[in-house]
Amino acid sequence: MDKAVIRPQTMGSKAAKKNWFAREWKHFKKNSELFLLALPGVLHKLIFLYLPMFGLVLAFKRFRFDKGIWGSDWIGFKNFEFFLTSDNAFRVTRNTILYNCGFILITTVSALTLAVLLNEVGKRWVKVYQTALFLPYFLSWVVVSYITLGFLDHSNGYLNHILALFGTEPVKWYEAAKAWPTIIVVVNLWKGIGFATLVYYAGIIGIDQEYYEAAKMDGASRIRMVTGITIPLLMPLIIILLIISIGGIFRADFGLFYFIPNDSSFLYPVTDVIDTYVYRSLKVVGDIGMSTAVGLYQSVVGFIFVLTANVIVKKFNSENSLW
Amino acid sequence: MVIPFLLVVSISLTAESSIVNGGYRLIPQVFSLEAYRYILEAPLILLRAYGVTIFVTVVGTVLGLLFVSMTAYSISRRDYRYNRITTFYIFFTMLFSGGLVPGYILITQYLHMKDTIWVLIIPGLLSPFYVMVMRGFLMKTPVEIYESAKIDGANEYRIFFTMVIPLAKPALATLGLMISFGYWNEWFGGLLYIDNEKLVPLQLLLVRMMSTIDYLTTNPYFASQVDIPMDLFPKLSARMAMAVLVAGPMTIVFPFFQRYFVKGLTVGSLKG
Repeated sequence: MDKAVIRPQTMGSKAAKKNWFAREWKHFKKNSELFLLALPGVLHKLIFLYLPMFGLVLAFKRFRFDKGIWGSDWIGFKNFEFFLTSDNAFRVTRNTILYNCGFILITTVSALTLAVLLNEVGKRWVKVYQTALFLPYFLSWVVVSYITLGFLDHSNGYLNHILALFGTEPVKWYEAAKAWPTIIVVVNLWKGIGFATLVYYAGIIGIDQEYYEAAKMDGASRIRMVTGITIPLLMPLIIILLIISIGGIFRADFGLFYFIPNDSSFLYPVTDVIDTYVYRSLKVVGDIGMSTAVGLYQSVVGFIFVLTANVIVKKFNSENSLW
Repeated sequence: MVIPFLLVVSISLTAESSIVNGGYRLIPQVFSLEAYRYILEAPLILLRAYGVTIFVTVVGTVLGLLFVSMTAYSISRRDYRYNRITTFYIFFTMLFSGGLVPGYILITQYLHMKDTIWVLIIPGLLSPFYVMVMRGFLMKTPVEIYESAKIDGANEYRIFFTMVIPLAKPALATLGLMISFGYWNEWFGGLLYIDNEKLVPLQLLLVRMMSTIDYLTTNPYFASQVDIPMDLFPKLSARMAMAVLVAGPMTIVFPFFQRYFVKGLTVGSLKG
């Protein structure tokens, strides 16, 4: 390919162009079968992900159904202004970022610990632990919200039941904003830990056993093997997962923040995140321009986060970066 | 880890009066199947929801696996001319998207998919993450196999269907399980796009049960002004029984498929 550039341009540009087309066409024909295999996927993404990107112009418009996307009037940055000058912007952004940071830290640390422990227990028990850890991951947020309700229900819930044993007054959990950061983190950990652990566990299994045998010969302790072999060798995996989750730091798990607090308005100050906010402004308020604007804000900032995370990782160790 | 789930099962098996008097307990004080009888007496809504969910899960999983593996196979081929650009094209959608609203408008205004069963299946057919996992798996297969098949006169489709798919069984099993759980647990599409009673999937049914009951029980104005005894409300245990009926089938199925998981993930997730 590079050689083509060096070649002096003796031919007329038209002829060169035709030549280029002919060459590309030949290449294309050679690859056409693989191209057709990828085509359904490519078209799917085109329709459901790339096409909606054009819809982002709505962020700069006052949308009216009768005028359609292109016919609606331009209003510049009004939608953004409206969102950013309200208290909501700060609140939902703070909640989204803080929760996600918490999740990333807590999940990574506990999943790594569990994965290492899982590797230590005997083969027969691994299956049992795995199944137990993994089960919550396969429940939907709706079902999990029913489970949470079993705990937090005001008059019947386990938690108030236990509190009553200690003589404490029952608490209306769905109105007690202060407790919710903890509740959300616990529920998220309970549901997600199995998957995260398994990914790391799979990584550990993939490590060449010879390293451990060599270390054993040198008389290394189990802890020494974990810090000296397991963790360093898992680093690429840890970092890739970290970059991905940092990229998602502006995206909250809608199910978690919508169903678990039961959409209780008492809890909005501590549980409202960008995603629930967008959903409500679309479905409840019906403000299409603004909810698009908030969505765009979310996408752009999230994108910047991934790029930044990747650049930082590249600086330290180019092997581990995403691209 | 499993205890919270068992608690729900236990509530569903507790007699209503016992709940009202003593709250939820880990072991039912008064055992009763009343809640299940209550639900199964009028099974039409539930059966319909099962029908919708089963259809969506089966069709979605089959089509999803096909889409994912076809895409992943072509970009896993290093000799495929457009592999880098296609990979980026698919991967980019994980990083940047139009967000909820443009997608919503596209589906409701332009594709007219609102209140069709396909809206629950098609938009989620191809997850870029699964494509990456599958591609990671397929890249481990030596290219020589494909080359020798080609020399024997097989075209790419034949190679894909008769060689790649059988070879990728562990990965397909893993992804198939993930995809089917995804479809089984899907509620967001329903919440956004389904108003038609006949197309309500299981999870959405559960959402609706939760919100209608809770509106009454947690609304402070309502609770303070209207003094209705708790046992006149739709049954507490019935609600949990519903949750068990929704989650149950998958929790029974999943341990059997679990052995594929570690295998599939080991090969797939590392350095994708």
